[in-house]
Amino acid sequence: MGQITLEKVTKAFGEVEVIPPLDLTIEDGEFAVFVGPSGCGKSTLLRLIAGLEDVTSGAIRIDGTDATDVPPAKRGLAMVFQSYALYPHMTVRKNIAFPMRMAGLSQDEQTRRIDQAASVLNLTDYLDRRPGQLSGGQRQRVAIGRAIVREPAAFLFDEPLSNLDAALRVGMRLEISELHKRLATTMIYVTHDQVEAMTMADKIVVLRAGNIEQVGSPLDLYRTPRNLFVAGFIGSPRMNLIEGPEAAKHDATTMGIRPEHITVSTTEGAWKGTVGVSEHLGSDTFFHVQSSIQKEPITVRAGGEVDLHYGDTVYLTPEADKIHRFDQKGLRIE
Amino acid sequence: MARAVTTQRKVTNTVIAWGVGLLIFFPILWTILTSFKTEAQAISDPPLFLFFDWTLENYAIVQERSDYMRFLWNSVIIAGGSTVLGLVVAVPAAWSMAFVPSRRTKDVLLWMLSTKMLPAVGVLYPIYLIFIRLGLLDTRGGLVIVIMLINLPIIVWMLYTYFREIPGEILEAARMDGAGLREEILYVLTPMAVPGIASTLLLNFILAWNEAFWTLNLTAATSAPLTAFIASYSSPEGLFYAKLSAASTMAIAPILVLGWFSQKQLVRGLTFGAVK
Repeated sequence: MGQITLEKVTKAFGEVEVIPPLDLTIEDGEFAVFVGPSGCGKSTLLRLIAGLEDVTSGAIRIDGTDATDVPPAKRGLAMVFQSYALYPHMTVRKNIAFPMRMAGLSQDEQTRRIDQAASVLNLTDYLDRRPGQLSGGQRQRVAIGRAIVREPAAFLFDEPLSNLDAALRVGMRLEISELHKRLATTMIYVTHDQVEAMTMADKIVVLRAGNIEQVGSPLDLYRTPRNLFVAGFIGSPRMNLIEGPEAAKHDATTMGIRPEHITVSTTEGAWKGTVGVSEHLGSDTFFHVQSSIQKEPITVRAGGEVDLHYGDTVYLTPEADKIHRFDQKGLRIE
Repeated sequence: MARAVTTQRKVTNTVIAWGVGLLIFFPILWTILTSFKTEAQAISDPPLFLFFDWTLENYAIVQERSDYMRFLWNSVIIAGGSTVLGLVVAVPAAWSMAFVPSRRTKDVLLWMLSTKMLPAVGVLYPIYLIFIRLGLLDTRGGLVIVIMLINLPIIVWMLYTYFREIPGEILEAARMDGAGLREEILYVLTPMAVPGIASTLLLNFILAWNEAFWTLNLTAATSAPLTAFIASYSSPEGLFYAKLSAASTMAIAPILVLGWFSQKQLVRGLTFGAVK
């Protein structure tokens, strides 16, 4: 079991309030991702849940029991750190055994769980090595192994993939998702990378300056961003945000349209423009089109093999039912 | 880009380095040489370098007059005791300053160091009186305490520097893994800081071994260490150079051997954190 509830939690460092009163529930078995730009308080929030920081006010409940003043060791949570935080003087086996040793588990049980974790994580051949002799990906697996063997109520991940190279990151992302499906344990995952959030999460919590901007499933956030910040943050490449007369036509201060919801034509359309830089990804092409409706270029997604070149004239048409409208305060208009 | 170094420059630098090294080592070498001369040869003019009648008589006389082993044993107890006691006090102090610093931590560290700026003789009188009151005069226990206190700022500073190098996340990981404060210090922090603790121990032992001001002033006969043993041969009258040299050689020999075998550890300790 691992339902985690935050009730009016706040955190201040001296005079500076980094988390204003915040309520949030993460259901048992859920994969929740905290996402936001750096300095938005997502790591602090995770550390509050872990117990590594004390809340200034409010309460944290784990499975309904008040855990606000419970020390980290007693909360039954396991954490994977950005730097892996392995014990450099211990072998992989001892690293993984450490939490069980602290819990006073029998030697047989320790061995059983280590072997099991090692086979799940492909670490069997490395059990007698030290962390210094492992690659980044292997170290990350050891850190996960150390978390698994505790059979925790929930796993906490603090930007666990940011020290890995791009190819490895995609692989580990899948492994962690796979692990979540298999263990069906609550996982809370902190990242600044919205792609990680979109691909892994059951529930995304978008944070800015300690405030929750929106909570929802990846597709909820993609389809109906509650405000301009979420609209701009979720989705890659980001949504085109257009102000001025074009937006006014739709009774909005700002209108948003995603690059994939604009059709491109060489003959006719709503907005005339000139093709600027284009990014060819093979499957897709992203064109940055300079149009008359605003200064910033509009990003458009087209098929992989569209024959358009720098300087060509094109016409863009937004799909009417995919237009997002925002008011003066930047809030969504339904 | 690496700087190109000419052979000529290398040779010059090597010669200079050896020259400076020998200059520093010369007094010790001279003391050792003198200890094998007769008293007459020890003061001969011009001085004799290697070609004299090598003799062991000074060592024999010194050993006959004073019981070397007793002084040696006192030195071991005082240096060892103050080092161990210092570590027991300094590890928790350095831990708290490195991992749970307060706004005043830097001030406390500087304040501790500032005690080293006061000439020791400035507090001799009060400490002497306290020692009389407490019956600690000429006891090994008293010296262990005083020398521990004298060197404590250095131990705390060194350990603090080492502990600062240990990433806080690893200790947090230990906390998440269920370790209490005791387990955290015992199983995670200390093993990771072993190189640092070892060089701190070593340096402190050497400093305590060579400490002369307090050992000379606070001891008489029963608890006098090797520094007092040397001093007893420095006499204003009579011919004592060779015997003094023999006594000095005997006093520094153990620490010289210890230093020789642990020089790697010492150099690492003293330059730790200087380069990443």
